[in-house]
Parts: sequence; C-alpha cells; structure tokens
Amino acid sequence: MITVEHLSKSYGAFRAVDDVTFTCKPGTVTGFLGPNGAGKSTTMRVMAGLTIPDSGSATIGGVAYRNIPNPGTQVGVLLDASAQHAGRTGREILTLSALTMGLPLSRVDEMLALVSLSPAESKRRVKNYSLGMRQRLGLANALLGDPKILILDEPANGLDPAGIHWMRSLLRAYANQGGTVLLSSHLLPAIENIADELIVIGNGTIVAQGTKAELLQGAGAFVKAADNAALASALAQAGVSATPSNGGLTVDAEPVQIGQVAAAAGLALVELRGADSAGLEEMFLQLTASTQREGVVTPGGVA
Amino acid sequence: MSAAVPTAPVTIQTQRPGVPFGRLVKVELRKMFNTRSGFWLMASIIIIAALAVLAVILFAPDDALTFALFGGALSTPMALLLPIVAALAVTAEWSQRSGLVTFTLAPNRGAVIGAKAAASIIVAIVSVALALAIAALGNVVGAAINGIDPVWDLEPLQISYFFLGNIFGLMIGFMFGVLLRNPAAAVVAYLVYSFVLPAILSLLAALQDWFRDLQPWIDFGYAQMPLFDGGNLTGEQWANLGTSSLLWFWIPLAAGVWSVLRSEVK
Repeated sequence: MITVEHLSKSYGAFRAVDDVTFTCKPGTVTGFLGPNGAGKSTTMRVMAGLTIPDSGSATIGGVAYRNIPNPGTQVGVLLDASAQHAGRTGREILTLSALTMGLPLSRVDEMLALVSLSPAESKRRVKNYSLGMRQRLGLANALLGDPKILILDEPANGLDPAGIHWMRSLLRAYANQGGTVLLSSHLLPAIENIADELIVIGNGTIVAQGTKAELLQGAGAFVKAADNAALASALAQAGVSATPSNGGLTVDAEPVQIGQVAAAAGLALVELRGADSAGLEEMFLQLTASTQREGVVTPGGVA
Repeated sequence: MSAAVPTAPVTIQTQRPGVPFGRLVKVELRKMFNTRSGFWLMASIIIIAALAVLAVILFAPDDALTFALFGGALSTPMALLLPIVAALAVTAEWSQRSGLVTFTLAPNRGAVIGAKAAASIIVAIVSVALALAIAALGNVVGAAINGIDPVWDLEPLQISYFFLGNIFGLMIGFMFGVLLRNPAAAVVAYLVYSFVLPAILSLLAALQDWFRDLQPWIDFGYAQMPLFDGGNLTGEQWANLGTSSLLWFWIPLAAGVWSVLRSEVK
C-alpha cells in the first residue's frame, strides 16, 4: 500500500507537484500517466525519500521510506535506468546492491537470468549498454531483494515489444501474488493493458484517477452510418450531441441509445462501438491538454 | 503457484535489522576499485611510489640514500593522489548519478557518507603502508647496489606522523568532495588549497607581522608541517592542528554533510 497525501513540491516559482493525493492498493498494478514534466518522477522520488516535499507526505505501508529498515528487501525502486556509474559492469552494480542488502551473491545470477541479460552482457560496462539493457538491469536491481512493493519510473522506456510483453507478465504475476506495483509512463499504450488503476497527472495535479472502465464512462461512443448527416440530425432531435470524426460520428451517449435512435429513424449503421483505447488516448490528451507542449492534438487532426 | 492460494496482505516490517555500517564500508571500498578509472587511480598510487623509489636509487648520491629520503620521495605523490581518491569516492554518486540507487538502498545518508570516510581512511592507511614497504625495499636494494649498509633513520613516531599527515590530506579531499559534490570542482579546490593557498598565506605572513603569529593557528597546511619535520609535536603544535583543522576541515565538512542530508538526489 502506497499512500500519497496532499503532496506539494516547488522549484522556485515552478510548482512541480501540487497537492497530489492517491493510493496504490495491494494486489493491483497502478499506472501513473502524464506528459513529460508533469510531476511523475518528482512524486516517485519523494516516495523513495530522495526528495523532501514542501508539504504533504508519501508513506509505504504507513511508514516513511527512510524509516524502513533495509528498504531494498521490502520496496523495489527503479527511478532512472541510466543513473548508474558508466564504468561499472552490470554484474558489479547488482553485486553492490546485493552486498548492501546482505543477500547471497547467487541472487545476482538469478536476477540476471530473470531479466535475460546473458553472462557475457553482464560483464560489459554499463556505458556500452543500450537503453533497453539498462532498463533490464534496473528492473533486476529493483527485484533483487524480492520486495512486495514496486515503484518503477518509466520501466517500459527503451524496451522492445517482446520486452514490454515480458515486463507486463512479470508485474501482473507480482500483483496477483498480493504485491503492490506503481509504474509511470508518458505513453498510454505502454501501460493501459497492464494497469488496473490509472492515475493521470498533468501540470503537477491529478486530473483523473480510477479504473480504465471508470475513466471511459461518459467518454461516449463512435458510430458510422450510411448517411452520417441524417444520423447526426436524428441524434440532435433526440437531444444527443454528435461531432464528426474519422468518417463517422463521436457521440456523447451509450451505444445502446444510439442504436435505438438509429432504429427509430430507420437509418442503417455501418459501425457502432463504445469508446476504447482510442477514446482513452483522446481523453488523456484532453485531460492534459493545458500541459501539453504541443497544444491539443486530436487523432486524425494531424496532417 | 495457484491463484486460489490466499495471500497475506503486504505490510512493511519495521522491526527488521537495518543495513549495518560495516556492510556499507565494505560496499564503499568495493566501489573504489570496481570501475576502470577507480582501479587505475589506486594502481597509479603504487606505480608512482615505485617510480619515485627507482628515481631516488638512480639519481640520489650514495651517502644520501636513507630510509627518510625514500619516504620523503613518496610523500608528494601520496599527498596529491590520496585526496583525489577520497574526493571521487564521494562525488561519483552525484556526477555518475549512482546516488539514486545508493541512497535508495541506504536512506541514512549520514551513514553512507561516514562509510565513505571510513573506506577512504582504510585506503589511505593501506596505501601508505604499501608505499613505505616499497620505500624499505628501495632502501635495501639501493644500499646493496651501492655496496653500503642501509640507513634506517625513521623513528616509529615519525612513521606514525607520516600516516597522520597523509590521512589529514585525504580528509581535506574528502571534505571538498562532500562540500562541492562535483569531481572537477573538488579536485580544483583541493589543488588550489594545497598549492595556491600556502603561497598566499606565507606571503601574507612575510608582509604582515600580525599574521605571522596568527598563521600556525589558522593555516592548516602550516600547522601540519611539524608532522613531516620529525621530532615530537609540542602541546601548542597539537593545539595549532586543532584550531586550524576546525577552520579548514570540520566547519566546511559539517556544512557539506548538512547540505547532503537535505539536498535532493536526482
């Protein structure tokens, strides 16, 4: 259980994290989603006791991180896979962590095997690692002490599709065994299939949180009719707003209601579905629109 | 494992043993050797000590070949390199950003800094002992080559002062590492401290009478000179070391540690 309460942190006039409150429950994977610079990493550094917040608190199982004895054996943390001494080998980095935690050195080989770093790769220096290899090493480092709580900042970054798939199954297994997993990403596709709960952060404040289904509630539906204009006017008569998109209509109503309107008006539908990941993506962009560096980008709106 | 197996709720155990200091010291010692740059920095101390001894055998006149001369030839490379070893042991956590993992696994930053200090002092003691062994070997070989009896003219007291002087130098480098947390800045600060500052202070002492009497009390480098001159230190000389180290070591170190404990690791 990770609990963040009214957390705020400013850097000069810049408010990086502004009154953030959320919890991560045992047995679930929580996705922490937000654009670059939204405050994800700062929040996670506060959780690991590396950044002192201006106000508010972050506790793990009710305990402040710095009061957890031998924390590596209870909480696995990966904050930045590239933050390692470039001149050290991957194996040495894990060995140092194992020695600090007082673990047998056989754990190092087990973890290297788990993250699929070969013995030859583990003897190379980290400066010669690709981002994906650093990410695997960072995951191995976080899992080394067999913790039940994981805090991972952008773990999917740099992983190939097979690696992302592997990480998903690994984290799913952790959560199924009662573990608590928090992972952040700036890319929705990287975490939407694994996260049970999503926390969307933008500009230092939480703009939405809940399960994927909860977030999609009221996100509307997509419909395509043989005659879109006729359907739009029929929907307007029924008091439902519709906007044209992607050769069809995005409608602010549940699919069943749209189907009824279309049937009553005698209109043939080509396609009708509830909001899906595309809807979630759109919602993510809208929710964080004020913090996007590029301004609002609607799907299909980019040439 | 079956999904039907009930799982105990995950709680944080606060009664487990923490990370003991001895383990941190062991880890910090290992860190000094397990990078290529760290390994060669350590190796260079021994290599330069060997070269200095060789140079003494080759170039010093026969009648001057004594243990003290060999020991003296080693003091400059040791005084130059040991503080850099200590400074880099601290600053690498920030410059290489490995502190992100170090301080996550050991959130007691004071203990980590303490372990780095202990590891640095262990390295200094072992390096000085090795260097003295090389000097002793040089003294024996040099005497044999020149057909004279080796002269052992260093008292145990002087040898212990030699250790002490090198540890002081190392700790100054350590202090700059903690205070500045940037390898280049720490090394430059140490070089300025050990080569530029003494010249300025001695010039000041030569020109200003009031400073001449004050210098031993506030100039740490000046206060350390008796350590390398041989002979027993007087009570006043120890007091000089105390007051000047307060100014040049303890106060800046305290400021550095205070800042490390509060700063953000990123």
